[in-house]
Amino acid sequence: MAYSDKVIEHYQNPRNVGSFGSSKEVQTRTDVGVGIVGAPECGDVMQLHIKVSPQGIIEDAKFKCFGCGSAIASSSLATEWIKGKSVDEALSIKNTQIVEELSLPPVKIHCSVLAEDSIRTAIEDWKKKNGIASTTQATAAAH
Amino acid sequence: MAPKLPIYMDNAATGRCDPRVVEAMLPYFTEKYGNSSSRNHKFGWEGEEGVETAREQAAALIGANAKEIIWTSGATEGNNLAIKGAAHMYAKAPEGQPNRGHIITAVHEHKAVLDPCKRLQREGFEVTFLEPKADGIITAAMVKAAMRPDTILVSIMWANNEIGTINEVPEIGKLCHEREVIFHTDATQWVGKMPTDVERDNIDLLSWSGHKIYGPKGVGALYVRRRKPRVRLEAIFDGGGHERGMRSGTLNVTGIVGFGKACELCKAEMDRDGERLLKLRRKLETELAKRIEVTQVNGHADKRLPNIANISFGFVEGESLLMGIKDIACSSGSACTSASLEPSYVLKSLGVGDELAHSSLRLSLGRWTTEEEVDYAIEKITKAVHHLRQMSPLFDLYKEGVDISKIEWQTH
Ligand SMILES: Cc1ncc(COP(=O)(O)O)c(C=O)c1O
Repeated sequence: MAYSDKVIEHYQNPRNVGSFGSSKEVQTRTDVGVGIVGAPECGDVMQLHIKVSPQGIIEDAKFKCFGCGSAIASSSLATEWIKGKSVDEALSIKNTQIVEELSLPPVKIHCSVLAEDSIRTAIEDWKKKNGIASTTQATAAAH
Repeated sequence: MAPKLPIYMDNAATGRCDPRVVEAMLPYFTEKYGNSSSRNHKFGWEGEEGVETAREQAAALIGANAKEIIWTSGATEGNNLAIKGAAHMYAKAPEGQPNRGHIITAVHEHKAVLDPCKRLQREGFEVTFLEPKADGIITAAMVKAAMRPDTILVSIMWANNEIGTINEVPEIGKLCHEREVIFHTDATQWVGKMPTDVERDNIDLLSWSGHKIYGPKGVGALYVRRRKPRVRLEAIFDGGGHERGMRSGTLNVTGIVGFGKACELCKAEMDRDGERLLKLRRKLETELAKRIEVTQVNGHADKRLPNIANISFGFVEGESLLMGIKDIACSSGSACTSASLEPSYVLKSLGVGDELAHSSLRLSLGRWTTEEEVDYAIEKITKAVHHLRQMSPLFDLYKEGVDISKIEWQTH
């Protein structure tokens, strides 16, 4: 399969790889939201950590990804897009925007869906930890 | 010395046509272009001579008689003709009725065996799909345990195309002959690389393909035993009655000439090629395992072809790994590289977890693979795995000591 230049670029130079602590540490950090979506047996797992200010601004974001090049590029791009945004702005990001930006072919659309899911899940986690009512549906679209 | 890029390590998929094969074929395009069935002019005789020489060369490679070779378009056709042709010929009940006979094959066969068997199932035959253990090998004991009084056909591949494991073919053949059951083997990955003797190895039907033995694509052969027992097949193509009525159609003379030459070269060079490739494959496997933790070579440790290595690198996904080694042409068992969204059914059948199946690479070496290329591949793969692990959430969990299989993943 031929990849778009943007996918290759993200694959070679992924932005914001990392985490804000081990899986245990981030569980107890109220300034950090964690989103882990996908499953190893499906061939993709995305992990998104967001550091959120008390005002609800995403100050920093880090990702890790087990998945194909398009999955890596989608999560890398997602961290770039959400940094500096409010959680509500971040929630308005649609997977179709990721598809467009990275020129993903139809078989790779699920990668963009996972990236959108990871944003949503991370924000939900942060809200829950901070006693903020959820504004989105708990589960993302089936894919 | 740095090798010339890109490097070809996908010889189990297909390979380079040997220049000596091309040379042998050339006159048959522009000079000796007669139809080998034309009996009354020089052009036809030349074509026939080319075809019959090739038949001798093909037969010699597998210890058969030239009369026992049927030309096909490749192993897919050979398998179809052998399996459907034998089932229909030896059926215990006519079309439209149930209980037409029992067939034994295995779950990790090539699709060109599985799909004909599944069609026969719909046509009233019963099929047992044997399941290998973790080593990937189908033993004679497994076949024996599945045998029934109404078993008419056993089809077990000689060596597996994804993992290179070698099944107990001579022993299975012996068992079939004792029980008077027809035995077919898809020997596409075996013949030309390993010594073959259809008499010693008790084979009734054997298919192989030109493009896996450094010959041209689109040509293959099916060995059909003529005595003890005389095997008969119902043809798939109706037409001019070529190839003893088993495969009608004007022969692909040029391709057949190339196929014959490829067989001759394999026979002469098999031992040397095999020894060299085994050393290279072992180097590839041991050096990668040394450099990269949680690396698993799939399939039996020793009972494997010298040229196929199938290796899983935990916590990295195969397609992304291919992206990181784009100078090395090879394949992966990852779902992302196949049309379906399932990871390799061959690896799955060995009980390799889906996650490790997604993380697998198949590197298959060939006649022109050099040690420099293997060294380059070792370096490049090591680098790519490390690059990907540094961004793998699963590798972090592994390092934290978390059992990944115990996590409740959000499957989709
Ligand atoms: C084991 C096996 N059987 C059958 C085939 C099909 O061969 P062909 O491409 O000649 O039809 C292949 C090649 O993909 C193979 O590896």
